[in-house]
Amino acid sequence: MEKMRRDGTFYINPYLGGILLGLVLFSTYYITGRGLGASGAVKSSVVSAVHTVAPVHAEHNKYYSKFLSDDASPMSNWLVFEVIGVLVGGFLSGTLYGRLKFKVEHSPKITSRRRLAVALAGGLLFGMGSQFARGCTSGAALSGMAVLSASGIITMMAIFGSAYLFSWIFKKLWI
Amino acid sequence: MVGPLIPMGVIPEAWNNVIALLLGAGFGFTLEASGFSSSRKIMGTFFGYDFVVLRVFFTAAVTAMTGIIYFDYMGWMDASLLYINPYYVMSAIVGGIIMGLGFALGGFCPGTSFTGVAIGKIDAMFFTIGLFIGVFVFSELYPLFDTLYNSQNLWSKNL
Repeated sequence: MEKMRRDGTFYINPYLGGILLGLVLFSTYYITGRGLGASGAVKSSVVSAVHTVAPVHAEHNKYYSKFLSDDASPMSNWLVFEVIGVLVGGFLSGTLYGRLKFKVEHSPKITSRRRLAVALAGGLLFGMGSQFARGCTSGAALSGMAVLSASGIITMMAIFGSAYLFSWIFKKLWI
Repeated sequence: MVGPLIPMGVIPEAWNNVIALLLGAGFGFTLEASGFSSSRKIMGTFFGYDFVVLRVFFTAAVTAMTGIIYFDYMGWMDASLLYINPYYVMSAIVGGIIMGLGFALGGFCPGTSFTGVAIGKIDAMFFTIGLFIGVFVFSELYPLFDTLYNSQNLWSKNL
């Protein structure tokens, strides 16, 4: 086995990573009856923020109002706690393998400023798309595939299929 | 113990958020340790220089799927109690394509960008800020998308 390096270049074997991730996902279903997610925590935070700043507006909006209920704050959503866990777990792994560092990672062909601008635009689109699909790569595609759901498989194919096409259009941003 | 444990009442509901935190930590650790905190490593899948995303993603899906089918078959878990996303075909496809475009520009998906944030990647932080703006924009413009969002519900329970 390859000796573990702490200079930030070591990654675990991808099949081992896949099995571990699969076991975490399986455990999530076995314990809680639901899958993993990510974009749902962003949605809960946005709903909660808008509801705090403009309660009447949030209650009258047909989208926010779906997620507002009298007995529970949207922030007490399961996914918010899960995502806090994701941050903790990512930080622990980054610490263990020596990857903690403030930096902008980008192709040498583009500037940091350009990378940050497209990252912001990419996040904006991903945020919008995840609402249409009722989940992102984690909640809709990965968790959906684990329970053999048609929506999970369709969403996975739409994300990866179109990303293959679009990444060649925006090839200059990456290679 | 027949699962799913919390819906079956084996583990009290009060533990749910603590369990969310622990499972999330496992999720975040494996994503980061596999290299998903790096947008350039993720994008390798699309340009053919690093297939880590496909390897990890599909191995994970197959592992979890096998576990669920096996536990259901053995009677150790009632898979009919598992939450399954409703299936609105058009909205899922349109959303998937918008996410694909966001993926090609941003180099992350939401879960992977959080692990990037956790280790100090500033581009991941901008991507995450974008996510919040995107969800906000979608919600504010929701009346325009209402019809598409709710069209063609082919609700399907599988397994």
